[in-house]
Amino acid sequence: MPRPGFVQEVDRSTPPQLFWRGENFSLEKLPADRSRVIYAPEPHDPIKDIDGAIRHALLNPIDSDPLPELLFPGMKLTIAFDDVSLPLPKMTRPDIRQRVIEAVLDLAADAGVDDVHIIAALALHRRMTEDELRHALGDRVYDAFAPRGTLYQHDAEDPDNLAFLGATPEGEEVEINKRAAESDLLIYVNINLVAMDGGWKSTATGLASYRSLRHHHNPQTLLHSNSLMDQHRSELHKSNWRMGKIMRDNGPKIFQIETTLNNDSFPDPFGFLGKREWEWNARDRATFVASSKALNRTPSSIARKIFHSIEAPHQMTSIQAGEVEAVHKITTENVYKQQIVEVQGQTDILTMGIPYICPYNVNSIMNPILVMCTALGYFFNMYRGKPLVREGGVIIMTHPTPWEFNSVHHPSYIDFFEQVLSETTDGVRMHKEYEKKFADDDWYRHLYRTGNAYHGVHPFYMWYWGTHAMHHCGRIIIVGGDVRAVRRLGFTPASTLNDALEIASDVVGRTPTITHMRVPPLMIADVK
Amino acid sequence: MNSKDLAKKGTLKLLARAGDAVEFAARPAIRRVRKLGFPYRAPTVPKGIVIEPKEDHLGANFETNWARTPVARGFRRAFLAGPVTAAVRVIASPQVYGVDRLADLARLEDPIPVIFCPNHHSHLDTPLMATVIPQPWRNKVVTAAAADYFFNTRAKGTLAALSLNAIPIDREATGRKSAEQIRNLIDTGWSLVIYPEGGRSPDGWGQEWKGGAAYIASRTQTPLIPVFIDGTGSIFGKGAKKLRPGRTRIVFGAPIWPEQDENIRVLGSRLQKAVELLADEVSTDFWDSRLRRKEKATPKLTGPEYNGWRRQWLLSEMRQTGDTGQRRRQKRRWPDIG
Repeated sequence: MPRPGFVQEVDRSTPPQLFWRGENFSLEKLPADRSRVIYAPEPHDPIKDIDGAIRHALLNPIDSDPLPELLFPGMKLTIAFDDVSLPLPKMTRPDIRQRVIEAVLDLAADAGVDDVHIIAALALHRRMTEDELRHALGDRVYDAFAPRGTLYQHDAEDPDNLAFLGATPEGEEVEINKRAAESDLLIYVNINLVAMDGGWKSTATGLASYRSLRHHHNPQTLLHSNSLMDQHRSELHKSNWRMGKIMRDNGPKIFQIETTLNNDSFPDPFGFLGKREWEWNARDRATFVASSKALNRTPSSIARKIFHSIEAPHQMTSIQAGEVEAVHKITTENVYKQQIVEVQGQTDILTMGIPYICPYNVNSIMNPILVMCTALGYFFNMYRGKPLVREGGVIIMTHPTPWEFNSVHHPSYIDFFEQVLSETTDGVRMHKEYEKKFADDDWYRHLYRTGNAYHGVHPFYMWYWGTHAMHHCGRIIIVGGDVRAVRRLGFTPASTLNDALEIASDVVGRTPTITHMRVPPLMIADVK
Repeated sequence: MNSKDLAKKGTLKLLARAGDAVEFAARPAIRRVRKLGFPYRAPTVPKGIVIEPKEDHLGANFETNWARTPVARGFRRAFLAGPVTAAVRVIASPQVYGVDRLADLARLEDPIPVIFCPNHHSHLDTPLMATVIPQPWRNKVVTAAAADYFFNTRAKGTLAALSLNAIPIDREATGRKSAEQIRNLIDTGWSLVIYPEGGRSPDGWGQEWKGGAAYIASRTQTPLIPVFIDGTGSIFGKGAKKLRPGRTRIVFGAPIWPEQDENIRVLGSRLQKAVELLADEVSTDFWDSRLRRKEKATPKLTGPEYNGWRRQWLLSEMRQTGDTGQRRRQKRRWPDIG
């Protein structure tokens, strides 16, 4: 029986806490009697017969006819799936998307459906490489559909392949992939790693164009998303749900398939990264010492390769299929079951170790903008109710924050960092003065459409993702980061955690309360 | 042919020549021993004396329990991981597909035994299977081998049991002893490789599948793993005099669980259809094979109904469409015209 999440009050006998530092980690001692550490619930047991569960979900959907009854000869069937940003880290083969899509294709073939397209729902993310597609879909699906040209990636900048479905009463335009829009049935295969994913966000965001996305990916919307993990208090989700209504009225019939995974994030010998420190055995301690010492001496490019090659043992804990909203309601409950930790009250200082990976740097570099987005966009938002840190409090994160970018994946990030962040860190001003120039840049558009680059506007979105946290906090400190890069972000650099606590005392006084989020494994703090 | 292939071919030739040389050197010594007669040779039996037949320890009665002792297992593990794997790579260049379909079973904390059921074209199939079966089953698998062929002499039986963990099985009717032995082995966690065709293909097409594998699965409630092996027939098919190195593909299918009170024939038919689907999948692709299944047009492993040269003709046509089973040919060198 997996143990639930846990809040540990730090006293003198509490061992030091694990802090991620990008492609490395360290142990840090938190002040006794006023610090606490939040541990995620232990991984829930996966479903034993995964293929059986998939088949059962397809044959017994929620608020929908069984899938075989929706399939008929001569129909246009489109299957869309979540891209490389999910799950994190990538899961061991077979990926759950492969299993679901193979099961769907089995039923489609039995129904005599010939016209099938499979589309990676990228939105403005980078195109996946062949290896990444093979990992997500498996060789069988890739080899059957890619050579025919019926497995491809959504292009949010291809005017010939976008269809306008209408606008919401708030004026939000809904424009999605034309093939998906014109299909008799659109099946969306989702992985719900965090509560933010899934629902109408799958189709209304994943298959949308810039014209459509800009209505909810902006500072105003994200400032009022409190939090992104709580759909009912998130403007981002409300906007997507309004767009979903347009899609339901004017778009294709949608059959949503959502899956949840447990938070079993690290395989042996890195299993200790998910364990509570006082439960580390001799082997765990030896592995920690050996790996952290070795990583200190390993060039960052090699360390990055090692970490990005990790395949997580997480497995499926639930699958539900059918009508989008009904399905998503159950999915969110299942995500909460795995990730919720009850926490009493807010804190003055929130500390977090930033790992080597976020949704936007798979097989790539975690550049300073993504460090900000991971900490303030994701980890800060891992709450329900109130933020973990009080208004005017301090966030302290640990990460080397190198002034380093992947020029293939993140070309516009480089210019954003040089040209925009050197002028302003205010999301609203960026949105007004700079966003359009980056969004309409022909070179970025070309790289997005033909290479493996994120869309020109993507770094802006990353920045907006953190605007709520930036407004909420009195100071943000990065421990161990490149000083110039940290200052460019508008944050305060510190060499050690003790220095950071000293710096924070200017804002929160000499004896602040401290809460450490021990992520990953992922969790959501339900702050009472 | 590239330099790697040439090197492999050269190695094989060298091994063959070494074997000839040993045989040539040993021949005079063997002749001399034969001339010496009794007591250096077995005694002749005087007329009128009837010798009681000894208890038959050959065939299906061949004792193989010793081949599963820790020492024998250790030897076999090293033998399979070393020389056999190297030889299989040189001779058959195996490409393995579909292992991901076994991921759920492989992930179990206490792995359950399974029954691998490949089609059968060559003696090469068994060493090939022994080297490509995924973990956690690879080191705990027995192979059902024809009692009348592999266990008809003590030397052959010992070699088969030691090197491949073979156990004797009656081809025509699964005898009580064979069935009980297999059941005991499965109960103690051993997986099984069994060729439901009962023997190698005589002409390159498959044969009708027998019910042995389905019977065992049904009695022991063990999942059947359909496996399709492609290409070994061209390398060393039945009746071949010498090895012709080439490429092979091994495709694992999803486990098939016997249903409660399921008829053995129905289960056997499900297994055969699963292997036929794998064969179609590997010769076309996942999607086409499913569409053909819907049309009930999945090609049968046994080939077309008609007889005679057209069967062979179709077989050679099929071989030409893929590279599996083809001999590696020298790459055409185009002249450098600057």
